[in-house]
Amino acid sequence: MKGTKKTYLSKKATELKPSGIRRFFDLAAGMEGVVSLGVGEPDFVTAWGVREAAISSLEQGFTSYTANAGLLELRQEISNYMKKQFKVEYSPKEEIIVTVGASQAIDIAMRAILDPGDEVIIIEPCFVSYLPMVELAGGVAVQVQTLKENDFKILPSQLEAVMTEKTKAIMLCSPNNPTGSMLNKNELKELAEIVEKHDLLVIADEIYGELVYDEEYTSLPSIPGMRERTILVSGFSKTFAMTGWRLGFVCSPPEISDAMLKIHQYAMMCAPTMSQYAALEALKNGRPDVEEMIKSYRRRRNYIVQSLNEIGLTCHMPGGAFYAFPSIESSGLSSQEFAEQLLKQEGVAVVPGDVFGESGEGHIRCSYASSIEQLQEAIKRMKRFMDSLSLKID
Amino acid sequence: MKLTEKEMEIVEILEKNARLPMEDLAKMVCLSVEETEKAVHKLEENKIIIRYISIIDWTKIDGYSGVRAMIDVKVTPKRGVGFEEIAERIYRFKEVNSVYLMSGAYDLSVIIEGESMNEVAQFVSHKLSTLDSVVSTTTHFILNKYKHDGIIFEPDNKDKRIVVSP
Repeated sequence: MKGTKKTYLSKKATELKPSGIRRFFDLAAGMEGVVSLGVGEPDFVTAWGVREAAISSLEQGFTSYTANAGLLELRQEISNYMKKQFKVEYSPKEEIIVTVGASQAIDIAMRAILDPGDEVIIIEPCFVSYLPMVELAGGVAVQVQTLKENDFKILPSQLEAVMTEKTKAIMLCSPNNPTGSMLNKNELKELAEIVEKHDLLVIADEIYGELVYDEEYTSLPSIPGMRERTILVSGFSKTFAMTGWRLGFVCSPPEISDAMLKIHQYAMMCAPTMSQYAALEALKNGRPDVEEMIKSYRRRRNYIVQSLNEIGLTCHMPGGAFYAFPSIESSGLSSQEFAEQLLKQEGVAVVPGDVFGESGEGHIRCSYASSIEQLQEAIKRMKRFMDSLSLKID
Repeated sequence: MKLTEKEMEIVEILEKNARLPMEDLAKMVCLSVEETEKAVHKLEENKIIIRYISIIDWTKIDGYSGVRAMIDVKVTPKRGVGFEEIAERIYRFKEVNSVYLMSGAYDLSVIIEGESMNEVAQFVSHKLSTLDSVVSTTTHFILNKYKHDGIIFEPDNKDKRIVVSP
């Protein structure tokens, strides 16, 4: 753009902040021998049966577009799956759209419901994309900070406090990334009361809904009165270890589904066909693999949470997802300093909590989607790191 | 013996990794170290955990020349003792690694280990086929071992994920 001072970039794009995770990725990517607890995806490779189904679909020449909303057969299976696992019923023809990951589902949901100035309550700490997606859709993100004292669960009073005339929706993620906290049935009921009282929608990101370890999982739309007010977002990435396939789905009442489908058909056409065939196989025959992975995550969680507490990084026992979110208060460092020093000194990658929102400061996110051997090594190194810090303080 | 949920967990974990330190095993199943030790001991006493062994890839060791063969054995079962007696007579040989009673075209599947093909052949012709009840044998030598008891021998364990992601 020689000879011109004009910028071709939109104001929105210019003002968009790069994700704080990016900086850490750059730091860690060049290093040798890093043990990473910084990864937000399963360590399992997609089950062979699922991969084989995708290969077979390619061999048979299923390489063209599907219906905008996705293969009807897949939507039918998703409908069965939601009924069985989450006790919610959605019509495959009118209420389910197959998307390119849960992220795209959140994007079309925001774009379908937000007018300029509409407010969406974002419960932090949370996944890094929620806030930018609200803003990109023209909405205003209103942040609420959950607290360590409440095991990072949102309290109804906190929501009441930020409610305005313009509040349109609440963005909810339970079990949560990065804290692993999960709202149980009673807590969801309390939330539902506020949603009804203020006539709101909830975009419920339930991508970790199957990865729960203690209490039974309750899906928000299964709470009386909530089905009509929920845009349920989920997908195959976490439960079925299929992150790279980019396949998610969104369930909502027909009116909202219709609006989202319009946006989806113009912006995306349809989700990748081979991924849809893989997902179909995952739903039909992937159950044993899922059960096995859940068992494995539970054991790793038990191990890492107790080990972190032992070395002075206190954390609550998270109910779901695959993250521990310990406090680093005892180190006397900020979460950025802690993560950076830990990486440089011991070669362990974790994500500083503040990238997930202000209230994440003072914490780090440790993903336990790693083999137990990797976790043992990480804990060994982190203990050495903590010991070195206390020596300095002494 | 009926196992508790925790005991079942312990069995499942140890089956995959018997060398896990007791402290780590205890954490994984949310028991104290003492309780875990007690549970493991009970499993050992009751012969649910029979033994802890290593899976070794002998082919990686210089000078190793061992061979393995699977032998399909047809036998005449005896009145009163069925296949038990002949199975026992076969498995008592130290050369015999495993013996299974099979459905289908033959009766016993016998796995033999030896220093050389010749040694295995000698065993089959001199010891196995000469047994009274043995009607016929078919010997298959194993050329390569890709996966054994759920363990892949040359696994691609490389973590293909990017180091940090949201």
